[in-house]
Amino acid sequence: MKLVKFTKKGIYCIPGKFYLDPWFPVDYAVISHAHADHSRSGMSHYLCHNHSKPIIQHRIGQDINIQSLAYNETLTVNGVKVSFHPAGHIIGSSQIRLEHKGFVVVFTGDYKTSSDFLTIPFESVKCHEFITESTFGLPIYNWLPEAVLQKQMVDWVIDNKANNRTSVFLGYSLGKAQRIMKLLDNTDQMFVHKAIHNTNNAIKSVDIELPETTLLEPDFNKNEVQNKIIILPPGLLGSRLLKRIPNAATAICSGWMQIRGNRRWKNVDAGFPVSDHADWNGLLSAVRASEAEKVYVTHGSQATFSKYLNEIGIASAEVKTEYGDDELNTSET
Amino acid sequence: MKDFVNLINAIEITNKTNAKINALVNYFTHAQEKDKLWLIAIFTGKRPPRPVKSTLMRLWCTEIIKLPEWLFLESYSAVGDLGETMALLLPDPTHEINKPLHEWMAEIIKLKPKSEADKKDYVLNAWSGLHMQERLIFNKLIGGSFRIGVSKKTLVNALSKLSGIDANQLMHSIIGNWDINTISFNDLLDGKHINYDNSKPYPFCLAYALDKDLNAIGDPENWQVEYKWDGIRGQVIKRNNEIYIWSRGEELVTSQFPEIKALFKNFKDDFVIDGEILALKNNSVLIFNDLQKRLNRKNISKKLLEDIPVGFYTYDILEWNGDDVREKPLSERRLLLENLVNLSKDNDLFKISEIIKFKTWDELDTIRNAARKLNSEGLMLKKKTSTFHVGRKKGEWWKWKVDPLTIDVVMIYAQKGSGRRSSKYTDYTFAVKSDDTLVTVAKAYSGLTDKEITEVSKFVNQNAIEKFGPVRTVKPELIFEIAFEGIALSKRHKSGVALRFPRIKRWRRDKTIADIDTIATVKALIEVQ
Repeated sequence: MKLVKFTKKGIYCIPGKFYLDPWFPVDYAVISHAHADHSRSGMSHYLCHNHSKPIIQHRIGQDINIQSLAYNETLTVNGVKVSFHPAGHIIGSSQIRLEHKGFVVVFTGDYKTSSDFLTIPFESVKCHEFITESTFGLPIYNWLPEAVLQKQMVDWVIDNKANNRTSVFLGYSLGKAQRIMKLLDNTDQMFVHKAIHNTNNAIKSVDIELPETTLLEPDFNKNEVQNKIIILPPGLLGSRLLKRIPNAATAICSGWMQIRGNRRWKNVDAGFPVSDHADWNGLLSAVRASEAEKVYVTHGSQATFSKYLNEIGIASAEVKTEYGDDELNTSET
Repeated sequence: MKDFVNLINAIEITNKTNAKINALVNYFTHAQEKDKLWLIAIFTGKRPPRPVKSTLMRLWCTEIIKLPEWLFLESYSAVGDLGETMALLLPDPTHEINKPLHEWMAEIIKLKPKSEADKKDYVLNAWSGLHMQERLIFNKLIGGSFRIGVSKKTLVNALSKLSGIDANQLMHSIIGNWDINTISFNDLLDGKHINYDNSKPYPFCLAYALDKDLNAIGDPENWQVEYKWDGIRGQVIKRNNEIYIWSRGEELVTSQFPEIKALFKNFKDDFVIDGEILALKNNSVLIFNDLQKRLNRKNISKKLLEDIPVGFYTYDILEWNGDDVREKPLSERRLLLENLVNLSKDNDLFKISEIIKFKTWDELDTIRNAARKLNSEGLMLKKKTSTFHVGRKKGEWWKWKVDPLTIDVVMIYAQKGSGRRSSKYTDYTFAVKSDDTLVTVAKAYSGLTDKEITEVSKFVNQNAIEKFGPVRTVKPELIFEIAFEGIALSKRHKSGVALRFPRIKRWRRDKTIADIDTIATVKALIEVQ
């Protein structure tokens, strides 16, 4: 029996008659998290986690038809039990569990298995079929412990300050920006770009605490920000705003920064391998913990990861999706 | 080794030369004496021979990580560097080794004659005692290339900033003969082992690209016109029976070109001359690709010396028997130069740059367009009254290049680059039509902006036929205009033609595969050029 099928519009639940993170407008969309490639506009109805709701509304529109659930709460849609389980990727990110006549499918959306002390940590869910992302599905990707990463970043900020430089971090306004804020909390005053500030407000509206930040006004006073921390969306790399920041030292935070070539490709002063995706061992442990009899591998290194799973005796197939279609874009990772 | 690792990281992340120089100065200020010397040795190619084959290191690495070979190769093609791939794949260290750079180097030298088992023990112990970044540096120290983005010039500028000593003198000092075991850092910088008075070069005189109508620069009679050669601009210095060859990049390249050094041995006079190092055969100039085979080699085989003989076409004279003649007008310097060349016994490999005779600018344009036949890049226009000025000076010297040939081609293969470009598909193979099929005509690596490369890479990711391995066959859909300097029939290439210096001129988003050139139209260019 088949519970889901992979269509041109997205992952479709056959008996439930709804889509998971569809990339074309559909009647009923169940959304794993609020990033733009998973949560697109134009759906007649959205179902997501409670914490994703205000963010999706902020990004797509307040007037959308949206319903939300808490983790582990179940909603039955056309006979299919739908529930959300922590994915640890960004605030509100969820694995979507589907159950129909005793058969269980889990779709991970994006996830990371290590704790970032900000999002609710990943919880593995047993299932018959596991649909996993594979953004960093190569054994070269092994993340540093959070404390080591934090020390590197804090040291960099302190060193910049000592050299009269302003530390500028570039990170996607939803997810990476809050992660950077958390890692640098209590290091120095943090200024954030308006896009990040607004996202922060949407997150705070559901009573989630975030580190204290100051809005970076468009006509900011150079003296006020000098030698402090500024967080900007990655699109502003090379912008006039960035050029106005006095003595800026720029850093990109992304899993891709693990590779020297990627660090050097971007014209920045530092690259920190901070990722909100599972690393190689994280992916493997999630797959094993699911105890699934079949693993479908989506966006990232799907060919490689799925081939390897088959070789170690886990039946797997790769699936073409439109998620994270910009593998080379460092923004959402 | 932590400070060395930090230095490499600091140098690598930035593309600003000043930041690199500051990082080097900082290292030289704090590092131990012997580490400083090793740093210079490593960046100037004075490195011990590699003690362990890379295939062995790869084998040991795969034994440890217990992953299939194909997955290792996939990782390698994602990273683009073997030493880094191994550093990333190996497990976290179990202990900590903390040794200065010079101790590592001493151990690596001692490793060479040891048994394979001993080498394995040593490497495995190092791997398990170093964290990822240090492991990468260790792998680089053991062997392979240490391409870190520091040119000799940058290194020398850092040393000059540190010591206040003239950069060219330092260049001579660090390239000169010195032994890491007997010299001190200060003596090396002071140049006790060299005689800089003999080798000291002059700054090169450079030209702007011609950016105006020729009639605007005046009467043809006031100009000396020569062919522009595509070799290595060089300065030959002969003083007190010593001969030095400096390149435009302000590097001493004397040892790379023994036959040029030999050309000047028998002159009685002292002089400094400017000219072009060129591959010459049967009285004609070979293309740069040939000359390139002679560059950056530690040893030049006899066969290579015979296959690609190198000579010197001289353009100008800067010093004559101790007198600096750079302020004399070009017309006077030319007489001195002719006089010097006439003293030469070897007229095949040492020649004076010919003065092109012409009456009108229109006539000169015709000559320029025929320059390609001689493997020349175009023309140099020099005002007869010009001095040998320092660097570029508007209005004195102009370069007027041949227009490149162009064709429209379709991309059919893409491969990832290396170093900074290892994350992107940057190396492309292009094809033209041949009846109903496509034949490859050229590979090109340059010409696109970073933004365009990112876009092309995305296309490759989405449209590749293969999923594994380093080369991707892509849907023949992206059309590019490529420019090149020349074209010849070739048996080595499937298409039957070889292009000289192909590079991407622009991405033709306005064209489709229906618009690309055919092999017949490409071959027709051979007649035209």
